[in-house]
Amino acid sequence: MLHVEKWKIYLTILLCILGVAYAVPNMLSAERQAWLQTSLPGWLPNKTINLGLDLQGGSHLLLQVNIKPVLVERMEAMVESARSDMRREKIGFSDIGATDNGITFRLKDVAKDRDAAYKIARSLDNRADVRIDNSSGIVSVTLDERAMDDIKAQIVSQSIEIVRRRVDESGTKEPIIQRQGTDRIVVQLPGVDDPQRIKDLIGKTAKLTFHLLDEDAMVTGRSGPSSLKLPLREAPNQMVIVRKRKMVTGEMLTDAQPSMDQQGPVVAFQFDSIGAKRFCEVSKENIGKPFAIVLDNEVISAPVIQSAICGGRGQISGGFTVKETADLALLLRAGALPAELKVVEERSVGPTLGSDSVASGKKAAVYGFAIVCVMMVAFYGLFGVFANIALVFNVAFIFALMSLLQATLTLPGIAGIVLTIGMAVDANVLIYERIREEIRRGRSVLSSVDTGYRQAMSTIVDSNLTTLIVALILFSFGTGPVKGFAVSMSIGIVTSLFSAVMITRLIVIAWLRKSRPSTLEL
Amino acid sequence: MAFRIKLIKDDTNIDFMSVHKAGLATAGLLIVAAFVLLFTKGLSFGIDFTGGLLIEVKTPAVMQVEDVRGKLANLSAGAPVIQEFGDDTFMIKIPGREADEGLQKKMSAEVQAALGDDVEFRRVEYVGPQVGKELIGTGIKAFVYSMIGIMLYIWVRYEWQFGVAAVASLAHDVIATMLFFIVTGIEFDLSTVAAVLLVAGYSVNDTVIIFDRIREILRKYRKKPLTEIINIAVNETLLRTIITSTTTLAVMVVLAFFGGAVIQGFIYAMIAGVFIGTFSSIFISAPLLLYMGIRREAAAAAGEEAGDAVKA
Repeated sequence: MLHVEKWKIYLTILLCILGVAYAVPNMLSAERQAWLQTSLPGWLPNKTINLGLDLQGGSHLLLQVNIKPVLVERMEAMVESARSDMRREKIGFSDIGATDNGITFRLKDVAKDRDAAYKIARSLDNRADVRIDNSSGIVSVTLDERAMDDIKAQIVSQSIEIVRRRVDESGTKEPIIQRQGTDRIVVQLPGVDDPQRIKDLIGKTAKLTFHLLDEDAMVTGRSGPSSLKLPLREAPNQMVIVRKRKMVTGEMLTDAQPSMDQQGPVVAFQFDSIGAKRFCEVSKENIGKPFAIVLDNEVISAPVIQSAICGGRGQISGGFTVKETADLALLLRAGALPAELKVVEERSVGPTLGSDSVASGKKAAVYGFAIVCVMMVAFYGLFGVFANIALVFNVAFIFALMSLLQATLTLPGIAGIVLTIGMAVDANVLIYERIREEIRRGRSVLSSVDTGYRQAMSTIVDSNLTTLIVALILFSFGTGPVKGFAVSMSIGIVTSLFSAVMITRLIVIAWLRKSRPSTLEL
Repeated sequence: MAFRIKLIKDDTNIDFMSVHKAGLATAGLLIVAAFVLLFTKGLSFGIDFTGGLLIEVKTPAVMQVEDVRGKLANLSAGAPVIQEFGDDTFMIKIPGREADEGLQKKMSAEVQAALGDDVEFRRVEYVGPQVGKELIGTGIKAFVYSMIGIMLYIWVRYEWQFGVAAVASLAHDVIATMLFFIVTGIEFDLSTVAAVLLVAGYSVNDTVIIFDRIREILRKYRKKPLTEIINIAVNETLLRTIITSTTTLAVMVVLAFFGGAVIQGFIYAMIAGVFIGTFSSIFISAPLLLYMGIRREAAAAAGEEAGDAVKA
């Protein structure tokens, strides 16, 4: 092991230089770092380590997407669609209802209507599986698991998009919004240590719909199959019964802005051409009648239509405060969430704790490094110095790799790096102890060093690999800080293997060649 | 060259194996104690597993824990668990329950109101009941897979008897570390699970080094009795074990001082783990080999193949 091919030597030296080069940006001041980011191309050292939220300060939110009600709604919509289609085609049916993943209904005249019903059923969703039982006349339209998964995924992506718009509008810098698992969304907000406002913004579905009132039902007080009973926002005991059918919806809005009129803060809105046209028609046909403005299943207000509104503009008033109108306008502009989102996990770190953690992390790293260096020299003298030099490069490699990979450094991650510093010397200790032994047994210096490296190799690989296994498993199962720890440890193990095996060896060989000692005191 | 510290003399010949029965007995006792205490005192679970709210506050002036307790005694969710960290930093823990709507918002507001406006909320962590249960599953899965991964690795590199001995000592390490948590009352959350796994990794590290040496000696001295071989192996690796443990411990003591509240439990667990791991490598996995019926030729041969594979 004393003979290293030339190309390996050059490669190692090159890697050492690169390692230091890529680690250097982390030492520079913030302005220099920003300058590097913009002026150097991506493959040159211009990146720094990504600081985790616990070191920057910020919030991490895990949102649960409440998919089930949305699926129910979709199935109900299919029922409505089927119902109106069949009425139009004059197909007799009964017992129509939604299932978990589709709809079923019974045909009154199977022979006559089979084909037409089949066409209608297929048109509901082209992924659906349609079965018609010829004897009982029961038609079942089902979506298989993959189709359902597609729908769920689509709901989640749409939610992510809307969340992103809302978060962007609120002005947070560089948020991270990602899907987690099948029905969860991770939102990371650097620099936001009180995410209450964002949580409020995310907590509202903001589904805006305009409905005509069901006047017959208002008299009797009971809602029928095509109407809904909804509470009044300002007086939740009072109920308003509206027709299920939506006149216009929030999707047709092109703009919403907070504004004021004589009575107080309002939200002024603008419909797109479809919405404007629809609103025009409906308002023309219903002058003198009231219509309800519904937001998230609450009736905000129910003004009477005074005249036909054809400009597509209007305003919503409902006893709002100024802040409420600003928030509502923001929500309407960003769009309605397809599903309700609930915060199921939250971890927020304030900025002072963040910078304190960075400071203590730095101290721990520096002192840890110093102690290890002192101990190595105390136990192994000159060879301890060699190990320390390799340790310096080891740390540089860790920083370089983490910067290149844009890995996230958390406080446990710093602990992981410090730990690797402590354990990194293990490889050197194994080698040196072996060399010592061989010398005591009477081998020559060169032979001892050679044997020492050779014998220690497999042990070093074994012990590092087992720790690496644990680190990798922690990486795949951990979240947040634990993941950061696993990343740092994994990188640290790999770099310390390389440093101990290649760098120390080269230094030792170089020294041996230069001084050619006849004895070695280790 | 500078002076060098010689921690122990060069050719130690401590007869570890003579006390190996006592060692195994101690291990057995620890395991029994762990189970007994697990069901009586129990682990102090963190909110990662129970769900709930954790707030780290810093008071503008030095306060006593009792004062803080008094002020927070009347929260609607019940009196919280309060831990002190330094003179002016406190951890307020409100364990979660099933119906948790708005717990975080309500409790944060109540705590703020009770303690006054100039108290600084350094850190807030909220884990909903659903996620809490899932994290338990995650912790267990991570644990089981790590154990399996390590076992497989040892199985591949050594004879199966070594694998069994290593796993037995691993199990001991994990149980002993849990015992440490139960006795000290340190909070058991996800980062302590990471610590337990690391202790396992570190201990296997230690064990593998002794095994390697045993295998090498087996090859050289096919006639010597196993007890003697194990003794020699442990003695020869003793210095390395002491040095590495010392550097690791030194580094962790530094971390304990400067690391801050977040990783405290983790570091203490690791420190205990270094001792536990070293103890188990010397007094459990090595002696267990005596009872495993190692086929010497096979073990030595496995060593040669594996060794050659690495050198290539």
